[in-house]
Amino acid sequence: MADVRIITANEAAALAAKLCKVQVVAAYPITPQTPVTEDLAAMIESGELKSEYLTVESEHSAMASVVAASQVGARVFTATSANGLLYMHEMLHWAAGSRVPVVTACVNRGVGAPWTILNDQQDSIAQRDTGWIQLYCRNSQEVLDTIIQAYRIAEQVLIPVMVCYDGFILSHTSYPVEVPPQDDVDRYLPPLDGNLGIIGGGYMNVNPLILSEPRLDPNSDLRPGYMDIRYRLHEDLRKALDAIGQADKEFEAIFGRGWGGLIWEYGMVDAEHVLVSMGSLASECTLAADELRSQGLRAGVIAVRAYRPFPDAALSRALRKAKTVTVFEKDVSYGYLGALATDLRSALFDAGLTPKVCSFVAGLGGRDVRPEQLTRTAADAILKQPALGWIDLKGIA
Amino acid sequence: MYEIVWHGRGGQGAVTAAKILTEAAYYQGFKGVSAKPNYFSERRGAPVSVHTRIAAEPIRTFSNVLLPDIAVVLDDNLLQMVNVTANLKEGGLLVINSARSAQELGLEGPFTIAISDAFHCSEAAGLIVEGNVLISTSILGPFAAATDLVSLDNIRRAVAEKFGGKALERNLRALELAYNSTSIYRYELPAVSAQA
Repeated sequence: MADVRIITANEAAALAAKLCKVQVVAAYPITPQTPVTEDLAAMIESGELKSEYLTVESEHSAMASVVAASQVGARVFTATSANGLLYMHEMLHWAAGSRVPVVTACVNRGVGAPWTILNDQQDSIAQRDTGWIQLYCRNSQEVLDTIIQAYRIAEQVLIPVMVCYDGFILSHTSYPVEVPPQDDVDRYLPPLDGNLGIIGGGYMNVNPLILSEPRLDPNSDLRPGYMDIRYRLHEDLRKALDAIGQADKEFEAIFGRGWGGLIWEYGMVDAEHVLVSMGSLASECTLAADELRSQGLRAGVIAVRAYRPFPDAALSRALRKAKTVTVFEKDVSYGYLGALATDLRSALFDAGLTPKVCSFVAGLGGRDVRPEQLTRTAADAILKQPALGWIDLKGIA
Repeated sequence: MYEIVWHGRGGQGAVTAAKILTEAAYYQGFKGVSAKPNYFSERRGAPVSVHTRIAAEPIRTFSNVLLPDIAVVLDDNLLQMVNVTANLKEGGLLVINSARSAQELGLEGPFTIAISDAFHCSEAAGLIVEGNVLISTSILGPFAAATDLVSLDNIRRAVAEKFGGKALERNLRALELAYNSTSIYRYELPAVSAQA
């Protein structure tokens, strides 16, 4: 019988790391990620998980530690939120640049000022350009499953993966989660086989952390290296789109559950009006789509699961018949639109598609997002002039 | 879908009680259960709430519960701070841990009231840790006494999943004491309203 437990996404994340038999954990507690570190510390202390737990003094050191451990071939895990993730920022670039298969859980939380510990996705969106793969989860089951998939992807393409899930809304909410048998996870995820080089298929352990001669030579020529390695990262990230889809397909074959690969679709078969979102907000959108259908509007939902690399082709394909695309997201690229809406417009433009695309910012700093608000906003976007904006503003008290 | 809001104080057991109930509801056959604690930063003694949903199908919403079917109050002093019945559905259920009667608490309205002195039941069962009387299981006594949404057997099973040994015995004893000493002030929906 299936082992279903009523647990939080934080508990699910810690269980996933354990099922993946991570060998080194380095983490610094921060709300709302803290229970992940507590659970893992307890598992390691009890011997349930044979792993090294490094109690570091900061998130910067946490990431530096797991990068170093990964460099010598260990399977590693860390988790953080908001300010902790921002403090890691420098090492996030380093992890991607040195091509280590690090997996990090980001328990999404808003970033001060003003101070908040509650949920939005500005923290991980702000890491968009670090060269990491970013996957967003709709519920606690997807968190557990995606962390397992993340190791498979990271170790195949040698690019670190950030698994993002909403703070409190998922991280602290108890929800049924099926915990897969260890044997199945072992079958899906064999032990990490030393980290060999990425350049020309040759052996290059350790990865290109530091180029042998970064200076100009006497003829003022810069030896090749930095830009070429960065290009390789970019190219491999684009290729990782296939690996992400494949990892989900193979997961489904073993575990009987798939999450859509790059994007998850709901009611999309005949949808003319599509609500696009990421994380738990996409789940909320399915209720709005049901309501819009009952009002006679053919609505569907797309959850963008892989935000980087951006699934432009998959999105354009899914949206080729869409008349209205309403994007709801818990982040904003200040001074322009929501980050997802911006990327989506670019992808549609390249594909020659011209639906009405409306960008809405919702739920920043933990503001409750209600399905009826999403319904109302989407209906206005569909039936009236293109709308851009922030929903449920209340004014400054 | 049934929606429940729990009102307690930080450290009192509202989160644990809600978790036990969601597990019991899952055993009962509800595929969709969720319990979302609502707090900013956990402080002992500060008012906290937990929002629980129980449904036949998996839960897709994570927003706050605005119009609960059931409100559970772990500390009757909170009745002076939080209007727990303001949004309670007509014909809903109010569960309270209190040594006082509904009249003494000044409670009246179109909802059923179930009151049990869960605190003293837990105390009598020896459910005391570091000087704190824990009511996370005993508060489920009046809950089970007033509604058959989740059976007492399934609540016992969920409690047994969480505790073992002496702690389990004490929790089950507290649950039973609170169940048996529940006063129920039943409200029946008028026939017309029930049809609507």
